[in-house]
Amino acid sequence: MTLATRRDQPLARLHIVSGKGGTGKTTVAAALALALASEGKKVLVCEVEGRQGLASLFDVAPLPYAERRVAVGPDNGGEVHALAIDTEAALLEYLDMFYRLGRAGKALDRFGVIDFATTVAPGVRDVLLIGKVFEATQRQAAGRPAYDAVVLDAPPTGRIGKFLNVNTEVAGIAKVGPIRKQATSIMRLLTSPQAHVHLVTSLEEMPVQETLDAIDELARLGLRLGSVIVNRMRTPELPAQALADAARGRLDEGRIEASLKEAGIKADASVIAGLLDAGQQHAERVALEVEQRRRLDDLGSAVVTLPYLADGVDLGDLYELAADLRASGEF
Amino acid sequence: MARSRRRPASKTQPGRGQQARVGPLQGRLSDVPPLDIDRLLGDEQVRIIVCCGSGGVGKTTTSAALALRAAESGRKVVVLTIDPARRLAQALGLTQLDNTPKPVNGLDHLEGTLDAMMLDMKRTFDEVVQTHATPAKAEQILANPFYQALSSSFAGTQEYMAMEKLGQLHAEATRTGRWDLIVVDTPPSRSALDFLDAPERLSSFLDGRLIRLLLAPAKGPARFLTAGMGIVTGALSKVLGGQMLRDVQTFVAALDTLFGGFRARSDKTYQILKDPQTAFLVVASPDGEALREASFFVERLAQEQMPLAGLVLNRVTAPIRAGLSAQAALAGAERLNGDDPVTTGLLRLHAGRLEQIGRERSLRRRFAAAHPTVATTTISALASDVHDVDSLRRVAELAAA
Repeated sequence: MTLATRRDQPLARLHIVSGKGGTGKTTVAAALALALASEGKKVLVCEVEGRQGLASLFDVAPLPYAERRVAVGPDNGGEVHALAIDTEAALLEYLDMFYRLGRAGKALDRFGVIDFATTVAPGVRDVLLIGKVFEATQRQAAGRPAYDAVVLDAPPTGRIGKFLNVNTEVAGIAKVGPIRKQATSIMRLLTSPQAHVHLVTSLEEMPVQETLDAIDELARLGLRLGSVIVNRMRTPELPAQALADAARGRLDEGRIEASLKEAGIKADASVIAGLLDAGQQHAERVALEVEQRRRLDDLGSAVVTLPYLADGVDLGDLYELAADLRASGEF
Repeated sequence: MARSRRRPASKTQPGRGQQARVGPLQGRLSDVPPLDIDRLLGDEQVRIIVCCGSGGVGKTTTSAALALRAAESGRKVVVLTIDPARRLAQALGLTQLDNTPKPVNGLDHLEGTLDAMMLDMKRTFDEVVQTHATPAKAEQILANPFYQALSSSFAGTQEYMAMEKLGQLHAEATRTGRWDLIVVDTPPSRSALDFLDAPERLSSFLDGRLIRLLLAPAKGPARFLTAGMGIVTGALSKVLGGQMLRDVQTFVAALDTLFGGFRARSDKTYQILKDPQTAFLVVASPDGEALREASFFVERLAQEQMPLAGLVLNRVTAPIRAGLSAQAALAGAERLNGDDPVTTGLLRLHAGRLEQIGRERSLRRRFAAAHPTVATTTISALASDVHDVDSLRRVAELAAA
């Protein structure tokens, strides 16, 4: 991590979390919100894909389109609030907030304009989703920002560039006028040092490749990469030499048999074969992980790791992951 | 074709799975009807297989693997992928986006044929415009800024265009006999099933008042506008700005003639999907999140009365035979107390594997309890990523085993 980005950190207020599907980006977004909510800070975490992933992680009832307090942060607890952004509600709210349309707003709904805008019209959906996040990030309460930080559980890496760049796309169709103005100011925030995009990955080839592709794309769009977060990291169960031996199928069977006897385990051939197979698979996976880790380290960006949790993630685990994120010193 | 006809007797035993279930957690894995992949791929009545599921579960890999196996057993197959990982795309010869199916090179032992293509949504949309509008009108549409944004950036366009492309492939297959099986991958999001809504959404838009409103200024004098329309146009122009509203209006007017055909085709594709010639496969990995999403897909397909063939559970931890329980292994590791770190590590790994198998079984039981009739097959996890033809073949073998 370079000094320049370190200096950015205190400025980072909008944390956009993306990653390949299945790597656990919602979990990381929730843990990050908790990590940022220490020492009295107030944090908002938003989801945009209607999956109610946050509600199940924080163990609360499904979230409405309203900011709800869902957890208390660690260390003199700050607060985590959560919001599931609904496009139609966001559009009506937006129209009301900026245009005070009143009766005309209802007429728009009757004419199917709201439905059209949120389902058919290009980019409008994404602008509305980001627009709401933008509003929450900029919102003031009693002369200071309403939230110290906002975390966005964003769409997966395959879509993240389009999602975040959509304001530019809109700026392309709406050359003047109010939508253009709104799009421009959102883009200004997204490309400012206040906004960081964090990419979640596992140490497998495809997720790492998508992470590298996403990093290129973010750079092209002028968006800042925060950290690469390696999720579900397993620690090797075997010493380095044994890993090398296991990979080549050269573990010392005699020694294993003797130790099993010592441990009081009846060491028949199938047990030993099973153990050797477990060792070999493990060694192969560790080797793949080392290779993928090297690709990430070559980037020269901050890489943060979170441990593998075998039994899925409950609220208690979320606090532990949050502690790991804080201990990394990157947030 | 011989292989695809073979069905192990154990897979077809009638009567299994009909024992009364007591309570929601009584789902038993032995009661889950097996999904016979070879029978599905060999069934000549089945002409379309749609793979859906949440992101990261291996949908594209599964689609490609099944397409390969079908081609090896004699079907003439085309696989439509949406967004394949780079190396998988290379393995299928999809090095450039050209939006037309190309034969996959370098395959031996094919009794049938295998073509592959990657969806280019902008190109597909452009082609629809060029095929169905007069040259002058097509040019006008393609140059419209609103159209350009719609065809390249809007997330939902991918679902509409996947549907359009499927319709085109099906029409070509019927007309020329070039293919007798189309395998379709779906976009990597929950909205993957949005294509099921496409016809209805399009219809309600086309029949709706909005389109009449947007068309009104282009078609006739403003005095035909009702008062309500006046308010709406006013509001729209306030929000969008006059220039964008004009772009939208020109676009809708130009596309008006085209929309009708688009709707008709999209309705037709919807009917094809509902027909028994189509089989949906829901793909999932054995973790809570992916199986929850799989439930969502299963329920959604049932709601639309779409023909679900079954669940493909990908990357399942392979069962092991060794006669040593997880508890005994952990107790042994404890007793060794660091004397032999290698054996200690191996015992822990063994226990971890058994525990993982147990967790996956209970997740599967939970799914089976909620969806007892959904036929299921599993694909054991491979040690490395799948990005060449040999590993695709291996995946398909595991699915069919």
